[in-house]
Amino acid sequence: MENAFGQPQNVIVLGGSSDIARAITKKLCTARAHTVVLAGRNQQLLDESAKEAQEYGATKTDTLLFQAEEVAKAGEVVSAAFDKVGENVDLVIIAVGLLGNQRELENDPLGSARMADVNYTWPVAALGEIRRRLVAQGSGRILVISSVASVRVYRDAYLYSGAKAGLDRLCQGIAESLKGTGVTLQLLRPGFVRSKMTTGQKEAPFTTGVNEVAENTMRGLASGDLVIWSPPILKYVAVAMRLMPNQIWQKLMKR
Amino acid sequence: MSKETLYGWGRTSPSVSDVVSPATELEVIKDMSTAKRYIARGLGRSYGDAAQLGGGTVIDNRDLDGVGVISNDGVVTVGAGTSIDELLSFSIPQGWFVPVTPGTRQVTLGGAVAADVHGKNHHVDGSFGNHVLEMRLVTPKGAVTISPNNDAELFWATIGGMGLTGVITTVTLKMLKIESSHVLVDTERFANLDAVMAAMQSGDDAYKYSVAWVDCMSKGSSMGRAILTRGDHAPKDDSTKRLEGPKPAKLFVPFNAPSGLLNTFTIKAFNELWFRAAPKKKVGQPQSLSAFFHPLDGVRDWNRLYGKRGFVQYQFAVPDNAGETVKKAIERLSSSGVPSFLAVLKRFGASNDGMLSFPMPGWTLALDLPVGPSALPQVLDDLDEMVLSAGGRIYFAKDSRLSHEKVRAMYPRLDEFLNVKNRVDPEDRLISDLSRRLHIGR
Repeated sequence: MENAFGQPQNVIVLGGSSDIARAITKKLCTARAHTVVLAGRNQQLLDESAKEAQEYGATKTDTLLFQAEEVAKAGEVVSAAFDKVGENVDLVIIAVGLLGNQRELENDPLGSARMADVNYTWPVAALGEIRRRLVAQGSGRILVISSVASVRVYRDAYLYSGAKAGLDRLCQGIAESLKGTGVTLQLLRPGFVRSKMTTGQKEAPFTTGVNEVAENTMRGLASGDLVIWSPPILKYVAVAMRLMPNQIWQKLMKR
Repeated sequence: MSKETLYGWGRTSPSVSDVVSPATELEVIKDMSTAKRYIARGLGRSYGDAAQLGGGTVIDNRDLDGVGVISNDGVVTVGAGTSIDELLSFSIPQGWFVPVTPGTRQVTLGGAVAADVHGKNHHVDGSFGNHVLEMRLVTPKGAVTISPNNDAELFWATIGGMGLTGVITTVTLKMLKIESSHVLVDTERFANLDAVMAAMQSGDDAYKYSVAWVDCMSKGSSMGRAILTRGDHAPKDDSTKRLEGPKPAKLFVPFNAPSGLLNTFTIKAFNELWFRAAPKKKVGQPQSLSAFFHPLDGVRDWNRLYGKRGFVQYQFAVPDNAGETVKKAIERLSSSGVPSFLAVLKRFGASNDGMLSFPMPGWTLALDLPVGPSALPQVLDDLDEMVLSAGGRIYFAKDSRLSHEKVRAMYPRLDEFLNVKNRVDPEDRLISDLSRRLHIGR
């Protein structure tokens, strides 16, 4: 069960070897998490993450391989992860995502579809099963890692930011649908984060490291707010992002 | 049966359960035979997740009510869903008071047994379980009558057992004879913690009731300044009128205040006012039973003042020789800047045989802390360590955040408890969100 500060004991991380997910998992294990099931596409990285979780206090860890392109199998993956936990699941983190190379992919139908599948369709499919299992429990939390990029789509990463925008808005609907079920959904919207996903990219204003994201996440879990911003100031920056004339916006985001 | 979102008095960690409201023992048995997993709930005054069970069945005990005839020597049998408030409004006019009352009358007798509640007289009279003569308990294996002489093992597993041994349907207890509906109170202000602790150590035994309110936000030489109130039931009044039972609350909080209303600034200001409003020293002041025992019952739904994030209560007990831990705990809090309302400091007398009963001879300190400050989870984890290394423990009825790893060391009789539980509940049907969180259900 999670405690009064939103610190869970039993956790599933989908996309468990991403740098942000790992940083959050470490913090969760330092707090109360003792059972962690990590799912991802690379066994070696998952094993490393699992070992790390144990070093930070987890007593039971397990891993699960999946491909986020295989949308039809999303339900099975979630179901298998719940079974591996074996008791009530307090928190499911969806940290599945692919930044991709926009310029290479934008004229490629299959590549574009892949971006949509990984960043949007697979998480949506997984959420169907997560929702069903948690509602039956009468308690639990879902943390979906969105992005500040979801606030407004831009030319140089529209495949990524567009899919994240879709996921982000859809999740707001799920959060609303969960009222009265004992289950909650929260969105994490980090700004630019230094990680292996963004290696080689030009840093944006308000760039942070993964540890700062994890700290803000812990605070956000305690607060219960629908949207967790990291860094918190992005909450106000996002207002400006939304209101900015398109020309200025696209220019600002040019890389 | 209805689906309800339930949480404790601290309004944290809600979960959704099926709720049933049996009115007889037979209905309890029926409900237990159809549900897969269940836990009893009374008035929801436990601060954390003791009386809820996400995805399971919560057995609301409120319809298991009723008060029997009070015998000449004060013995009465009460339905477990009856509140202390309801019992008092019946018993006080006849000259009987409950032998132990917590800081609110709004708890059921079943809940009082399950948490083995204590009051301002613990140093003299022990906790609630000390005054229970007999109980009727529905276990997954059937209904039984238990007492210190009849299956004492199950009786003492149930006293303080957080509802994990079954659903209590009736409680037979011995009431306290009173001659007036007043308490004669001595109040004294102390400039710091050392002074009030010394006064309590040397003087509490002369009073039936004693409690100190400590300011955990003052620093330096006034760290832990306190107001000590002690008293005894007043002798017969001159008047011939009937003794007066409790009155319903006149004030209430109609909606959730914004989270953050109670912050470092407002709480500091409140503590300051509270401290200054108390007399430096006053002797023999008559106070009504309600004003003395249940001041917060005057404001209905006061927990809403903490806003939607809610609050945690932190209560620990440490042995007599660990008075230093009380001081260190308050120092840690006051230096971290985490806001805490006036804390309650008390001396505990002897423990009873309750396997999971909280009180132990020594000191107990209780704090109300709004959820929000990011330092709070760590500060409380640090306090847990201090308490544990002093040989103390945390109170389950107040807890909503303890780590399960520390429970076994705090409650050395846990295995004994689990053995008894396993005898009456071999399939682990009796569980709660609290028992899952603290691993005390199996």
